[in-house]
Amino acid sequence: MILLDRVTKAYGKSGAAAIDRISLHVEPKEFVIVVGQSGAGKTTLLRLLTREERQTSGKIIVGGVDYDKLKDHDIPLLRRKIGVVFQDFKLLPNKNVFENVAFALEIVGMGNKEIRHTVPRVLDIVGLKSKEKSMPMELSGGERQRVAIARAIVRQPKILIADEPTGNLDPKHAWDVIKVLEKINRYGTTVLLTTHNQEIVNRLKRRVVTIQHGKIASDRANASYKI
Amino acid sequence: MKRKFITFIRIVETGVKNFARNTWLAMAAMAVMVVTLTIILFSLVTSAAFNHSIAQIADKINISIYLNDSVTDQQRNDLMGRLRGLSEVKSVNYLSKDQALAEYKAANANNKDLLTAINEAGNPLPASVQVDPVDPAKIDQIQALLNQSSTQALEDPQAGTSYSGDRKAAIDKIAHATDILKRIGVVAVVVFAFISMLIIFNTIQMAIFNRRDELTIMRLLGASTSYIRGPFVVESVIYGVLSALISVLLVNALFVVASSGLQASSLGLLDINYANAYFRHNFLVLLTLQLSAGIVIGAVSSYVATRRYLKFKKPS
Repeated sequence: MILLDRVTKAYGKSGAAAIDRISLHVEPKEFVIVVGQSGAGKTTLLRLLTREERQTSGKIIVGGVDYDKLKDHDIPLLRRKIGVVFQDFKLLPNKNVFENVAFALEIVGMGNKEIRHTVPRVLDIVGLKSKEKSMPMELSGGERQRVAIARAIVRQPKILIADEPTGNLDPKHAWDVIKVLEKINRYGTTVLLTTHNQEIVNRLKRRVVTIQHGKIASDRANASYKI
Repeated sequence: MKRKFITFIRIVETGVKNFARNTWLAMAAMAVMVVTLTIILFSLVTSAAFNHSIAQIADKINISIYLNDSVTDQQRNDLMGRLRGLSEVKSVNYLSKDQALAEYKAANANNKDLLTAINEAGNPLPASVQVDPVDPAKIDQIQALLNQSSTQALEDPQAGTSYSGDRKAAIDKIAHATDILKRIGVVAVVVFAFISMLIIFNTIQMAIFNRRDELTIMRLLGASTSYIRGPFVVESVIYGVLSALISVLLVNALFVVASSGLQASSLGLLDINYANAYFRHNFLVLLTLQLSAGIVIGAVSSYVATRRYLKFKKPS
């Protein structure tokens, strides 16, 4: 589902590599946790996958799309196939919960009737059905994060990328969010999660890829947290 | 197909919403656009009116060749035939001595002294050949013919040739002045069109700046370029349409006030009644023209303004 072959990303002309010849293969329906300290290159890796950044060298193939052959005007189509949960939520402050989730569907031209049918079901999955009319300001951090997840999965993407979705949350809310991700993974979505929350990694017992200084330091199945 | 239609409807809806939200910002953009479009419209109508006035005056211009009394019918017909052969000549007429006297009497019917004097003098007026040129500005061939000694021998030594009073010089001046006015009009239109594009450009950029977070999120969620740009273009097209309507109303009001309030049918050379009639007669054409100018100015400037913000990141 995701294939990286010796991918390097260097910023600026000095050429200090944020990602240094990383090779990674993620199977469909897999749940992969990427761990690493701040600045290790986790976020850069995710930004390469969503094509917010372009790799300096190496090959990236996601869902059968070779990024070297990807034209600018096809980037929106790629992003529609990948659900992304951002660390800072990126919710629209002047839209309520329902509208924020509906927004992702409006962009792709779904009809209003279908939107009214789909959004409540997804909000139900993330446990926010009763908060449809709330504005993001009125929600707790965990609730906002779950709105962001609802928005990321409402289009039923094949891949869900979650960048530190628990970063700003207390342990209880963090675990709520993780449970939602597990649920989505059970429905068949490939999940790529970055975190530096040791407890979450240990409880999930999934494949853990550790990144250090832009390189893969370890890649273990059913692993616990170790840096 | 259905999705495209839904997307199109959403783009228009968002554009209209944004227009309503940006009212004050929109005012500035529209004010300049109204000025631009009004200048365009006003230039169009006045230039039509000027051309009409010039054409009317020019129509009255002719050349009179006064003949001496010894010219025979044969000589006169020969001269008229040669004049008719010139491409610059529209028509040639003969005015005999008797006809000239009758016209003179008719023109001075109120002046008893003059009439008495002319009756006592017999008929001092010469017969004449009247030449109507196609274009009063182009009479080189005619002049060449008249300057030939064989022609001059036929002319009345005192009256000679008259170029319809001194109107020609006046007409040349007017034509020259309108030409300059037209050029000034074109320059003004270009300058104001440019300024209004800049201001709309700025307005849209401010609107984009206010909503840059939203645009970033739209981008990350996979919104297409046209879905993001569309509402801004719709918004500026609304500016264009409204400005066009306002400018048409303004110019209309101007002519209504000028033709009724001023109690005058013309301001100098500007025949207001004609301009008014022209405006009314070509109303739909002018309205369409204004609308398209407004739409083009709005669409182009917003398209350019959004370009910068919609680029995808290039490799670093």
